[in-house]
Amino acid sequence: MAHHLMLAGSAASNTEVVTWWVLAIVAVGAALGMILTRRAVHCAILLAVVMLILAGMYAMQGAPFLAFVQVIVYTGAVLMLFLFVMMIVGITASDSIVETIKGQRLFAGLAGIAMLVLLILVVGHATIGAAAPSGLRNSATNVQGLARLVFTTYVFPFEVTSALLITAALGAMVLAHRERTSPRPTQRMLSRRRVASGRPTPLPGPGTYAQHNAVDMPALLPDGTQSGLSVSGVLTTQDLQARRYGARAITGETAGANHADDNHEEDR
Amino acid sequence: MISPANYVALAAILFVIGGVGVLVRRNALVVFMCVELMLNAVNLAFIAFARLHGDLNGQVIAFFVMVVAAAEVVVGLAILTSIFRARKSASVDDANLLKY
Repeated sequence: MAHHLMLAGSAASNTEVVTWWVLAIVAVGAALGMILTRRAVHCAILLAVVMLILAGMYAMQGAPFLAFVQVIVYTGAVLMLFLFVMMIVGITASDSIVETIKGQRLFAGLAGIAMLVLLILVVGHATIGAAAPSGLRNSATNVQGLARLVFTTYVFPFEVTSALLITAALGAMVLAHRERTSPRPTQRMLSRRRVASGRPTPLPGPGTYAQHNAVDMPALLPDGTQSGLSVSGVLTTQDLQARRYGARAITGETAGANHADDNHEEDR
Repeated sequence: MISPANYVALAAILFVIGGVGVLVRRNALVVFMCVELMLNAVNLAFIAFARLHGDLNGQVIAFFVMVVAAAEVVVGLAILTSIFRARKSASVDDANLLKY
């Protein structure tokens, strides 16, 4: 199949063919990496690679407007949104390896291979000819041709799109909004709570009198012991998560940092 | 020029990889990203066919697909954050309140 496809494009200039094959192989590799890597962040980065390559392919096919929209909307906006949500959900969130349904992965893989064979057979059997000459599709330029279509033939779907976008924005605001169930605490209530908690002073800062002043370095107390209160609980949780999933500790690999981690665990 | 058949074959491969990802992965964020991959693959096929026919309609449809995908991501991620807030988990297996 691949050889046949290569022959179909062999009339073209050689550099374009080579570029296309390199881009295609990298895109497929990145897409495969997306479903194989366990960390969501790596997945997002690989998706960015695929999307940028697709933008390049749009440009190669005489769709420069869509290539730019792809870069701006997908890699710019959508992936940034993904990364923001990842920040809320937890950047270390990885998939569990446990299969909920027995043999799901195996059957999903088999179904994927079957579908791929089916689609490739369909594409192979269909007579997909050479591209039409580029003069046909563009009246003057790509952007002018698209604008003419969007604002004449597709003007009603285009207007409906604006309603869709407004609805989506409103829906996102409603879904992400958190209703306050208790009254907002006043300054008097906050200070009373602080005195009642038994520690009216601020917590010790990290790294005080310690070897270095990194945020994950516990402060040393006058008697030389370490104060677990001086390190943010978020860092401790991240360390524990990284340890549980067998990944490298997020906060660093130095002996000092590891020692500090041990200390966090004792505090817990 | 590369034949449109090559682009359509690549789109098919990417679509299938995205579909397998949706079936296999348990993290809702990753499932969303795989859906995006499938939408992108279909866009690639649309643009290849637009070039094949020498017609801009396919490009306009791809443009609308992008708009709908952006709206879908916004709402989907908002649902995801509210589920995460309630259940402290982003796994699709933990959102099972409607089961049984």
